[in-house]
Amino acid sequence: MTTVEDHFDATIGGNRRIEPRDWMPDGYRATVIRQIAQHAHSEIIGMQPEGNWITRAPSLRRKAILLAKVQDEAGHGLYLYSAAETLGADRADLTEMLISGRQKYSSIFNYPTLSYADVGVIGWLVDGAAICNQVPLCRSSYGPYARAMIRICKEESFHQRQGYELLLTMMRGSDAQRQMVQDATNRFWWPSLMMFGPPDDASPNTARSMAWGVKRHTNDELRQRFVDMTVPQAAKLGVTLPDPELKWNAGRGHYDFGSIDWEEFAAVVAGNGPCNAQRVAVRRRAHAEGAWVREAASAYAARQAQRKRAA
Amino acid sequence: MERGWPLWEVFLRSKRGLNHVHVGSLHAADAQMALRHARDLYTRRNEGVSIWVVRSADITASSPDEKDPFFAPSGDKVYRHPTFYPIPDDVPHM
Repeated sequence: MTTVEDHFDATIGGNRRIEPRDWMPDGYRATVIRQIAQHAHSEIIGMQPEGNWITRAPSLRRKAILLAKVQDEAGHGLYLYSAAETLGADRADLTEMLISGRQKYSSIFNYPTLSYADVGVIGWLVDGAAICNQVPLCRSSYGPYARAMIRICKEESFHQRQGYELLLTMMRGSDAQRQMVQDATNRFWWPSLMMFGPPDDASPNTARSMAWGVKRHTNDELRQRFVDMTVPQAAKLGVTLPDPELKWNAGRGHYDFGSIDWEEFAAVVAGNGPCNAQRVAVRRRAHAEGAWVREAASAYAARQAQRKRAA
Repeated sequence: MERGWPLWEVFLRSKRGLNHVHVGSLHAADAQMALRHARDLYTRRNEGVSIWVVRSADITASSPDEKDPFFAPSGDKVYRHPTFYPIPDDVPHM
């Protein structure tokens, strides 16, 4: 006699997908909801650092590109909330968890964007790191999450390329512009490496998440992959990555890099990054200021439905 | 907490000649708003030429379990498949 749990284990073991109404262990459901929700919140909060520059884009072309990119971030957040809802999570609850600070989002969005070069560096490094993280998630064991990730990854490719092209353009400009690119690189390099999360020996849930197929590689594996991909891109761009210990290790077949300031990471995750309070406050205000629109639309829909019934 | 807008499932026809395919869901107050939100959310890059939206609550679904006895009746009817019938190799066009 096979139990529902045997069936779940066989589905995971056979590398097939779990779908919304399948039986699943409570821990699996909770882990996947938490992972998708944090990812969704990151996309939504991630609109802010770059959205900061939309009104000050240097040309109409750059403005149209940046607007499209920030709209994509909103779209990615919504794809992901939709995936979380297939597991019984409620949208209003998820929003509440974000604006009350009970659920986290990626620590990277708690850093400020100080110049237009930051828009380029975010596309190149932050979205580049996100792609490293996200491509394996297209094979997540949870079907709706994997499908959302496929759509997101296609769109992220535009994000990374527009960023790198922006930086190439600035590097062909004045000394001041080249300095802006270097400065932005200096500020975002280490926080980008932190995006992969704590080192494997300090990541207690990794083993279980990998067994369940909700995570496909460890944090350190993905971080190494990102470093290896990025070093030649930095060379081509003509910027220096701010790590004196960064060098090719022929024995390992990978780049060695310096140690990450995990105290800074812990502080930012705990809420003490440069922009944590501001990011959540902006989201909370937008939600509160949109309340009358949501209520008015509901009232209109109720009235229309009533008229239809009466007719 | 405020009651949110209802959930709608979205189906897209990516081009003429193909079926509508489920792509995800969204919240909207009514059907017209659901269509507009679906356009903004799921067709930012010409992914669709036609959209259907339906209230999630209005969908009736079978159990997703592959072992569901619901699908058992077709399991033992191999004679419904062309490969059930051996035909000599030298019979043309079959």
